[in-house]
Amino acid sequence: MPTLNYAAPSTVDEAVKLLAGASGLAKVLAGGTDLLVQMRSGRLKPELIVDTKQIPGIIGIREEGGGFVVGAATPGADVEAHAGMNKAWPGVVEALDLIGSTQIQGRCSLAGNLCNASPAADSVPALFAAGAIAVVVGSKGRREVPVEQIPAGPGRTNLAKDEFILEFKFPPRPPRSGDAYLRFIPRTEMDIAVVGVGISVTLDAKGVCTAARVALGAVAPTVLLVEDAEDALIGHTLDDATLAKLDSVARAVCNPINDKRGTIEYRTKVAGVLARRVAAIAFDRAMGKSQGKTH
Amino acid sequence: MNYIGTDLRVVGTRPVRPDGVDKVTGRAMFGADMVMPGMLWGKVKRSPHAHARIVSIDASKALKLPGVRAVVTAADLPDIPSEEAFVGEGPMNFRDLSRNCMARDKALYEGHAVAAVAAISQAVCDAALDLIDVKYEVLPYVIDVEAAMADDAPILHEDLFTANLEPKPTKPSNVAKRVYFHKGDAEAGFKEADVIVEGRYTTEPVHQAYIEPHACLCSYGADGQCTIFSSSQGHFMVRSYVAKLLGIDISNIRATPAEIGGGFGGKTLVYLEPVALALSKMCGRPVKMQMTREEVFRASGPTSGATIEVKIGAKKDGTIVAAKELLKYQAGAFPGSPIQPGCMCGFAMYDIPNVEVLGYDVVSNRPKVAAYRAPGAPISSFAVESAVDDLARKLKMDPIAIREKNGAHNGTKTHYGPTHQNIGFLATLEAAKNSAHWKSPLKPGQGRGIACGFWFNIGGESSAAVHVAEDGTVVAVSGSPDIGGSRASIGMMVAETLQIPAEKVRTIVADTASIGFTHVTGGSRVTFATGMAATMAAEKVVDQLKQRAAMIWDITPDAVDWRDGAAHPAGTNAGAFEPLSLAEIALKAARTGGPVTSEVSVNAQGAGPGFGAHIADVDVDRETGQVTITRYTAVQDVGRAIHPSYVEGQIQGGAVQGIGWALNEEYIYDKNGKMDNPGFLDYRCPVASDLPMIEAILVEVPNPRHPFGARGVGEVPIIPPMAAVGNAIRDAIGLRLPSLPMSPPKVRKALDVANGDD
Amino acid sequence: MSKHHVSTTINGEPVEFLCETQQTMLDTLRDVLGLTGSKEGCASGDCGACTIICDGKIVCSCLMLGVEAEGKTITTIEGIAQGDHLHPVQQKFLEHAALQCGFCTPGFIVAAKALLDENPNPTETEARYWLAGNLCRCTGYDKIIRAVMDAAAEMRGEAVR
Repeated sequence: MPTLNYAAPSTVDEAVKLLAGASGLAKVLAGGTDLLVQMRSGRLKPELIVDTKQIPGIIGIREEGGGFVVGAATPGADVEAHAGMNKAWPGVVEALDLIGSTQIQGRCSLAGNLCNASPAADSVPALFAAGAIAVVVGSKGRREVPVEQIPAGPGRTNLAKDEFILEFKFPPRPPRSGDAYLRFIPRTEMDIAVVGVGISVTLDAKGVCTAARVALGAVAPTVLLVEDAEDALIGHTLDDATLAKLDSVARAVCNPINDKRGTIEYRTKVAGVLARRVAAIAFDRAMGKSQGKTH
Repeated sequence: MNYIGTDLRVVGTRPVRPDGVDKVTGRAMFGADMVMPGMLWGKVKRSPHAHARIVSIDASKALKLPGVRAVVTAADLPDIPSEEAFVGEGPMNFRDLSRNCMARDKALYEGHAVAAVAAISQAVCDAALDLIDVKYEVLPYVIDVEAAMADDAPILHEDLFTANLEPKPTKPSNVAKRVYFHKGDAEAGFKEADVIVEGRYTTEPVHQAYIEPHACLCSYGADGQCTIFSSSQGHFMVRSYVAKLLGIDISNIRATPAEIGGGFGGKTLVYLEPVALALSKMCGRPVKMQMTREEVFRASGPTSGATIEVKIGAKKDGTIVAAKELLKYQAGAFPGSPIQPGCMCGFAMYDIPNVEVLGYDVVSNRPKVAAYRAPGAPISSFAVESAVDDLARKLKMDPIAIREKNGAHNGTKTHYGPTHQNIGFLATLEAAKNSAHWKSPLKPGQGRGIACGFWFNIGGESSAAVHVAEDGTVVAVSGSPDIGGSRASIGMMVAETLQIPAEKVRTIVADTASIGFTHVTGGSRVTFATGMAATMAAEKVVDQLKQRAAMIWDITPDAVDWRDGAAHPAGTNAGAFEPLSLAEIALKAARTGGPVTSEVSVNAQGAGPGFGAHIADVDVDRETGQVTITRYTAVQDVGRAIHPSYVEGQIQGGAVQGIGWALNEEYIYDKNGKMDNPGFLDYRCPVASDLPMIEAILVEVPNPRHPFGARGVGEVPIIPPMAAVGNAIRDAIGLRLPSLPMSPPKVRKALDVANGDD
Repeated sequence: MSKHHVSTTINGEPVEFLCETQQTMLDTLRDVLGLTGSKEGCASGDCGACTIICDGKIVCSCLMLGVEAEGKTITTIEGIAQGDHLHPVQQKFLEHAALQCGFCTPGFIVAAKALLDENPNPTETEARYWLAGNLCRCTGYDKIIRAVMDAAAEMRGEAVR
């Protein structure tokens, strides 16, 4: 009979020691909304579960240095209820909010979504577009990693065996900045994204884009940060020409697979469609035109 | 007796259902909720291959694992000979059923049960299954229905020869059966047509997707007396099938119906019960088994995927003169797709002089198909109703008008034999035409579609009893598992007959030892047949009550009236007696002859067919292909709504299953013949945010063969939605989508092809 | 493998139990504590039939380990009614015939109660999206949504139908 042990350390050091010292597969448990599914299906057979939720600060949101710091294991529902995050990062909030159901929101976390490393993860494109920094802890100490450097491939991260994410730092928001996220799914809820697009922009007083980050999900082995798309936006307003360029750039970087959620052809087309729609919302939000939800 | 057209005080109202409080508080016991002392857990080992010979099974290591108490394979079960039976709405062969529950010689689909284990916990069961060593010889497999019909297709059964073919074939085939109906001369009819429409349509297998997985708790006593607690659509069916499959006397099994968490036809047969009972026999302990969601998808019957070709010819004025349909249905691993009802129902709504319908039942390496709500008809009607819509467009006729013109009415002879009597199709169309929905304007870019459906509904054997307690309250007992509120309607019919308030009747569902034989809850038969039995039992109780009153008053029973829940003298000549209430008579029951009680068994005939007409409005996102249902109305002739809320509920639920079938539900297979989406994440049933309210409009053309005029209602509503949605999409974007589901990539592709953008 | 000893609060009562690491909260409720009102429909967080309230938030109990219940406050369907006094959501489900087979009903009632605790005046769309994680195959959701909206109105003190 296989063994499965569980530990709930109350400090970072304890957790790191447990992960470093594990002889078999050890998995971090935050919300469990991916881990438990994979254990049940037999895809993952850990011997040790390290529940990090007792570590101080790993759940919670605070302001620091003009930006927000979100604990890695903070449930999505808490982020969605946070007025400051809603105001500064409505795109991140709506992306996180799209994961699963209300029940999933009671448990799922930004770190879990990022480290599960599904190419179709909903919060990740928005997290990339926001330029968030992951604070990683491990036996070698603490390091700060841009979030786009964490996923390595489908189901794999660049974290060492003894490392986990403690919190995410979101940069201060310049004026006239806005972000947005949309995904395409066949139903209205409960599906894995067929395509996801997260965009964050900063505009000048005339609505010309001065900074942009564009991320595409579910169209490559990892979520993509698309520099060509940034170039398409920076220096321009969101006129028809810019939208058309953005659409074609998004389609050009797509490298998706055919699977039960979408074909190569379809994902590529929809990537272009969503890129246009998300950019429109991000630009509107940057100009203060709307704070409303996209769904 | 017949109460049609009389003043009714209970029937037609909306009391709270008698089992309602248990269900909203979590107290109701479903299949997996029961425990017994000494209970073990059971689990099934399943084939990872779509088609394979089972070379050997070695369970020795599993049996040595601490905590394991029994292992069962086909070798431990009787080898059942071929025997046909008819179940609910589908054909069944007991040999096939036995081999479906536990594979013998061959695994015929990925997920096919090959062995089972009983152990002290689910974790030990899982470990034991890993230790059972099964050696397979993997064989080529076939899934697609037309590929399975091809000459070079891998053959599933060396002893299967196509039935109803002349001359009798000598080569085995995957085509189990050919079905043929005709009326008049279709070829001659087409020659008279001014306009012809043709279409080829395909559908994928879809699952009933009940939220409760199959579950049971079975116990084989040392003296051979067995108990089964399981959720099913028929505990008498469970008892008979398990008895047959294990070679037990039927009376040695007592099957208790658990509450059932959805069935829709998928629980009108057994999967786990024979296995659990066999395990229990082997180890002498009760065994509980429940399927995981993945097992439900991989190993319990969805309905067929199919191809359908349809051709309809009409005169310029819209009169349909000829119609032809060719249907090929997947049966899954064993014969028995709903090809027959599929062939019957597509054209049954119309009065067409020349009809030809040809159908094929085809096996392939996927789970054995089970009944799914009006089995066979939704597939057939998707094709026919899309073609009728095309015909209406070609003739520039209103889609309701063309159906009115050709609609079946009393006296129309169907192409499959019976003549329609007392039907309400034209009344249904009338109600659709007059509905607020049909009259409302569409927003720009939206589309509207209408489609119809027919189901014959069945009657059959049912038993019910009515007992008057010593205080005059009443217990009504039925043999029909309650899937959707039937306890409420049965109780209401009894209350109406006794003329007492609905709350004074408690309705229960009794086990197989406590009530007479009752056929499955399926075929839309319970309100009709079990309602009939219950009403007749209540009438007999009324007769007894009148007799007891007569005794008490010392007059003749024909001088006693029963009304308002009490006995009254029939006139002033009978005597100036105060009325005697149920309670007062019950108090004196022992002294007037004993308990007041009655049990009635019927083989109900005269089930009235049902017709439906659904209207769907859609928005289509032309860039993503996503279709949104913005408004939906389902009109249906229900005969008489006993409890209107539960009638509406059947219509709304069936409509939404049809919407899921139309838009997103399908079995997806990978390149190894394995199901790629065996879970609710990627098998996409509609969720609450996908839908608007579903307006149900009840038309009541009474069925004179039922005491209150009721017709079965549960199955008709799943038939129209796919074509209603397809016709709405056609209306919105000008394109016909002939392949289900009409998912976003297909819609987008159709638009791209039409725009030359592909 | 040794079991975990867990102390928690369920439906207002202090509860202690033993569970194995791999047993989910749903397994624990059903098989260890005999609270079978929460149902297993999928064990993958896709159907909501196992919905419970944990520290004020609805969660799928199939996606939580039993051992994680330590120190938490948990409400299950068995704790929604107060004695024989039904919660308005339960009452309205009965009045509106918002259940047919009743299997998804516990999950819906717990989720709907949590909705109305957080948002006493939801629109139909808000109710539908909140409940999107609860699958029903019998009703088509129509009467469920009507029941929830009516319960909300009653709890706000309005007599709207």
